[in-house]
Amino acid sequence: MVYLTRIEHFNAAHKLYNPSWSREQNEQVFGKCANENWHGHNYELFVTIKGIPDPDTGFLYDAKKLSTIIQEHVIEKVDHRNLNVDVDFMKNKMCSTENLAVGIWEQLKPHIPGNVQLHCIKLFETARIYVEYFGE
Amino acid sequence: MTDKQVAVFRKESFNAAHRLNNSMWDEATNEKVFGKCNLPNYHGHNYDLIVKVVGVPNPKTGFVMDMKVLSDLIKEQVIERFDHKNLNLDTKEFKELNPTAENIAIVIYDLLRSKIDSALKMQVRLYETPRNFVEYPAVV
Repeated sequence: MVYLTRIEHFNAAHKLYNPSWSREQNEQVFGKCANENWHGHNYELFVTIKGIPDPDTGFLYDAKKLSTIIQEHVIEKVDHRNLNVDVDFMKNKMCSTENLAVGIWEQLKPHIPGNVQLHCIKLFETARIYVEYFGE
Repeated sequence: MTDKQVAVFRKESFNAAHRLNNSMWDEATNEKVFGKCNLPNYHGHNYDLIVKVVGVPNPKTGFVMDMKVLSDLIKEQVIERFDHKNLNLDTKEFKELNPTAENIAIVIYDLLRSKIDSALKMQVRLYETPRNFVEYPAVV
């Protein structure tokens, strides 16, 4: 079993704000992240797949094709966007890094070919904060 | 010994939303010039800021500048102003000025310059992404 990771990146605005709470409660829980006019990040996305390398090519999967899948189904939807407002797969969800990682997993899963498995979505929100999701 | 110039650097960071737009232009021109950076609902960045201060170390302290003082100054003048803000909407500095990395660097330099001993030279390096960064002034 071999694990292959492709790294992509995107920039986006968001805020952490629960619409069913008062403004005060949002500020208390989310602090500066609740700023009503948004803030933003440079996100780094690590997509890891796993499987047995093909004996003819030596590849687990063509990394360029993996990049194209990520670009088409994730980056084009989120890059230079407002995650709360513009992104269909984050509608009615809290735009935390945790939920974004789960959302990205769900976006990619149907497009990963049958001979390999999606293993992990690792998403950096800042250089010091990241989350991992393994589909569990 | 007393004329040896040394550069010291302090790194800080802030996260902010922005969009690039020239209000004098129509939508089509803005879109053509600024591309995705013009999208109406804003996007954002993790900005990394490096402030360079150049001078001769003080013979008594050995410091060009106390780094704690420099750090506090950057936090008070820059980070509190811009961190977790929308540069276009939440800051007076970019009400009329397009918040490009170039303009943000100039604004930051001007905010800090008057607070740092004029005998010391200064330069600001601002990373908008790990791959895009600017320096102001261009030459120290």
